[in-house]
Amino acid sequence: MSALEVVGTSKIFNQGSLKQVDALVDVNLTVSPGEFVSLIGPSGCGKSTLLRLIANLLEPTSGSVSVNKKTAAQARLDQDYGMAFQQAGLFDWRTVSKNIELPLELKGWDKAKREARAKEMLELVKLPEFADLYPWQLSGGMQQRIAIARALAAHPPLLLMDEPFGALDEMTREYMQGELLRICGETSTTVVFVTHSIPEAVYLSNRVVVMSPRPGRITSVIDVNLGSKRNEDTRAADGFFRSITAVREALRGTHADHAAANAVRGVEDR
Amino acid sequence: MSGVNVTSTSARNFRRARQVGPAIVFGVAFLALWEFAVRGFDLKPYFLAAPSKIGEQFIKSYSRIWEASMVSGGNALVGLVVGTFLGIAMSFILSRYRFLGELVTPLAIALNAIPIFVLVAILNNMYSITSEIPRRVMVTLVVYFIILVNVAKGLTQVRSTHVELMRSYAASEFAILRKVRVPNAVPYLFTALKVAAPASVITAFVSEYFGGLQNGLGSRITSNIANSKNAAAWAYVLGACLLGLAFYTVSIILEGIARKGEAK
Repeated sequence: MSALEVVGTSKIFNQGSLKQVDALVDVNLTVSPGEFVSLIGPSGCGKSTLLRLIANLLEPTSGSVSVNKKTAAQARLDQDYGMAFQQAGLFDWRTVSKNIELPLELKGWDKAKREARAKEMLELVKLPEFADLYPWQLSGGMQQRIAIARALAAHPPLLLMDEPFGALDEMTREYMQGELLRICGETSTTVVFVTHSIPEAVYLSNRVVVMSPRPGRITSVIDVNLGSKRNEDTRAADGFFRSITAVREALRGTHADHAAANAVRGVEDR
Repeated sequence: MSGVNVTSTSARNFRRARQVGPAIVFGVAFLALWEFAVRGFDLKPYFLAAPSKIGEQFIKSYSRIWEASMVSGGNALVGLVVGTFLGIAMSFILSRYRFLGELVTPLAIALNAIPIFVLVAILNNMYSITSEIPRRVMVTLVVYFIILVNVAKGLTQVRSTHVELMRSYAASEFAILRKVRVPNAVPYLFTALKVAAPASVITAFVSEYFGGLQNGLGSRITSNIANSKNAAAWAYVLGACLLGLAFYTVSIILEGIARKGEAK
């Protein structure tokens, strides 16, 4: 039983033209229900592309993607996943509550049921008193929590996140990571999470998938054994640092072929 | 939210007075300076009429100014309403069928590149001399392009995150139009209306200079100047200012109502 299965999947943009980009080549990935998997790698490694293939916002050039044992297209039609982006992407003309209700509106839920669910989701993200405010009246971190509430409003089994905390400051970011783990734990949601940050990937994930560019592919998968109960102490644990080192070394490996170029440009290769 | 609206009514009135106060003082000072300049330098009425004389004329021929305002204002209003609806309709069609946009855009640019008023001379030829239609068509054309360009922008320039999000919900194109594109275009529409409303009045006046019926504000200004009735001409100019202001004010009030509806 798997929540998500990507088999032999490739994505090539502008195939056959001079501008051909091999965004992803022969990617295989299986995610179990309730698992938290991060995709990490340098820019251009295809992690966002992979996320969009899973979301069926892009069609693979070859291979197959299945979510909940359905095709990705069917899973999208059934709203089997929720999605959150780096920009919270809330609608300025809708109240916080109406933003959360949007996916439910599109599912054809009636008003009472939508409002009840929005209330429940606001409790979940601990912002119940903000229901009638507008998004621009909230801080960036609050907006992102509303975006997560919206993504989970229909209770999808899978949550897809594309650098959702990338625009937040470090404090807010760590707080949001803790909140995300709590929310996903309470709702037993499977998560695929794209990030640039090694500590973020390690803190959140059961597995970290390391990717490399040109062509985009998975180079290694690192298990993170920090248990299911994680808190602020986890960030000081030996296991945390060991996993960070493991991910960093895996990323170095993917960078080896670009190391010379990076040295010339003086790019910090963390 | 409580806590935001703590200012008392008197404090708000005081703040408003501070906002409009300087503008009123400046306006009065300007009129006074004008009046003194005309009297002090003994400027002849055919050169520059004094504000007091203009005011006198305005009160004296108030009913005729009102009639002329109704004619020009009516033409502007008809053109504004028709042009707005046509502009909105066309922007929906253009945002749905992008290739049409590529066909129409060069034409729109070409039409905007010529001083568009001159078309009214051609329109006058097409209709009888007693017809209001040429001027109304002229206003419609001017308003149409202002609305079309802005609303089309509002419908198409939506945030990519919003569109991706809607597609992740398996939303239809129609649902994306209704829930993303249209709400996104609403502020663009009102921005366009704030430009189009005064423009419709200006177009209605200027169109009167190209012949046709001589019953509007624009033609009255010219005929009074031709008869050396300078102060009367100025009184009609004042009427024209007030008419333009009225149109602008209505467009702002409409925007306020739309904002309130949104905040409900």
